[in-house]
Amino acid sequence: MRDPLVIADRKYSSRLIMGTGGASNLAVLERALVASGTELTTVAMRRADVEGGTGVLDLLRRLNIEPLPNTAGCRSAAEAVLTAQLAREALETNWVKLEVIADERTLLPEPVELLDACEQLVRDGFTVLVYTNDDPVLALRLEEAGAAAVMPLGSPIGTGLGIRNPHNIELIVSRASVPVVLDAGIGTASEAALAMELGCDAVLLATAVTRAQDPERMAEAMRDGVSAGRLAWGAGRIPKRFWAQASSPPR
Amino acid sequence: MKAEVNGEPTELAERSTVADVLRGIGKARKGVAVAMNGQLVRRSDWEETVVPEGARIEVLTAVQGG
Repeated sequence: MRDPLVIADRKYSSRLIMGTGGASNLAVLERALVASGTELTTVAMRRADVEGGTGVLDLLRRLNIEPLPNTAGCRSAAEAVLTAQLAREALETNWVKLEVIADERTLLPEPVELLDACEQLVRDGFTVLVYTNDDPVLALRLEEAGAAAVMPLGSPIGTGLGIRNPHNIELIVSRASVPVVLDAGIGTASEAALAMELGCDAVLLATAVTRAQDPERMAEAMRDGVSAGRLAWGAGRIPKRFWAQASSPPR
Repeated sequence: MKAEVNGEPTELAERSTVADVLRGIGKARKGVAVAMNGQLVRRSDWEETVVPEGARIEVLTAVQGG
């Protein structure tokens, strides 16, 4: 595997982690997931009587994509820890995408509860991938608490506003010794590429694909955007200059 | 005896276990997990765990999200 993404003890050849929320049906989701090339994809935990049942798990199994349960909707550390425990029991994985949300309008992470939940889950043996603010200080604290990956937002969930504070993302990347995954806010492929050019190890997105007019085509665009950005980051871009510099010889 | 299963008031036989409740709603299968009164009930404990009067039971599974 060339240039794999390594999180905890696992390796992935794809640096695009997908979410499953927002797809109009499972057939659309399936085509989008295949086109994205993803190997790891989030699912939410909800009451078993809700329509749609376990179809999504069967789909992921069939596509050989690992499910990554999240704690979406949780507002406190206690709720998030219980949801993670339920997910571990239902899905037989100790990996979890930890989310603790402050309020419904912004869906921004609640930092105090988030750190508390992260500490508790690490102690309980979970591999914790943490959805966090684009706050370099909090990212470091989560890493110290044992997070296996820190996943700062580019902008609030579902907004498609891209990466609002690229410098903060670079600060997070520059100090992290665990993978940094740009999670939330991506609207189109250039923004996924930018995340990778800033040095992120991977991108996690859902809405940008599942609610695009053509989810399958956007999934392919995201796949290529992520790999283009990764290559560009590794290649080392030229410095920016104020004045032009001819690329052809003078005579 | 009364309990609440996924938010629905439910009438259960005395000495019902968590496993009985799951069979009653057709969810005694892989891919689900159970919390009772805010605590996880492990699959291996479903058959032995008796549901107390007024218990709040949540049966969860993975759905599209995130």
